[in-house]
Amino acid sequence: MATGFNLHRFANPGRFLRLAGSALPWLTGGAAILFVVGLYLALLGSPPDYQQGDSVRIMYIHVPSAWMAMMGYALLGAAGASALIWRHPLADVASEAIAPVGAAFTFVALVTGSLWGKPTWGTYWVWDARLTSFLVLFFLYVGHIALTHAFDDRQRGRRSAAIIAIVGLVNLPIIKYSVDWWNTLHQSESIIRMDGPTIDPSMLWPLFTMIIAFTLYFFAVVMTRMKAMLLEARHRAAAFAR
Amino acid sequence: MSTLGFFDMGGDAAFVWPAYGVAVLMLIAFAVLSWRRLRAAERALERITESDPAMSDDA
Repeated sequence: MATGFNLHRFANPGRFLRLAGSALPWLTGGAAILFVVGLYLALLGSPPDYQQGDSVRIMYIHVPSAWMAMMGYALLGAAGASALIWRHPLADVASEAIAPVGAAFTFVALVTGSLWGKPTWGTYWVWDARLTSFLVLFFLYVGHIALTHAFDDRQRGRRSAAIIAIVGLVNLPIIKYSVDWWNTLHQSESIIRMDGPTIDPSMLWPLFTMIIAFTLYFFAVVMTRMKAMLLEARHRAAAFAR
Repeated sequence: MSTLGFFDMGGDAAFVWPAYGVAVLMLIAFAVLSWRRLRAAERALERITESDPAMSDDA
């Protein structure tokens, strides 16, 4: 019980605003520096692949976008559970802040994957398990956004969206293991493996740099959106009280 | 890599550059839109607290 109490104390909107105020410059600055370094390494400082040539450079934006899309959905599911089970005061705000960012980068992962597929597989799209489950992730995000705004009673919309967020969590392990469970055109896992990454360090480091840049960016944008939403709520309350 | 070679991306320019274009556009769009939304919310709140100091956190 003590944990729940502390969690709520930490989740106090005023406390969150102060935390966001001090964290945002670090997240934004860190993301900006890592994007500059990462883009240099991705476009100039890394070698072309011996089979794929320069099209392999799409990996440095495709993989971080896909990572961001899945991490975003895991957080959306956690926020949905927090809203429904613990009535966490910031959970609904977090959900509304995360969903459009997650949807946008799921879209980026799909488009960049498609553009990478043409020169490597000879096709922009194939209905294999990885691509299809990733498209389902995009629809889950879109469904979440639509449900949030579907009802005049905002609370009802948020509850419905929280349910879709939780149910949709089942899609994350399907995306992750789709390349092992089914015969897919998409390559199998090459970074997070029991026996270590199979990518050469000259490509792995630029990729890690970009993944960290995208992660810092994600938290910076989500925190900015949450902060804006909380201030908008304060403004509405102040205007109503006048 | 020569400048021309860089832009040509070994013949894969038609795939590499649109991919980077979509990603960079989305990254910039969300950063700018989020920051503008925050600034608008801060300004709106400032206006209301300036006109009525009792609404301020410090009051």
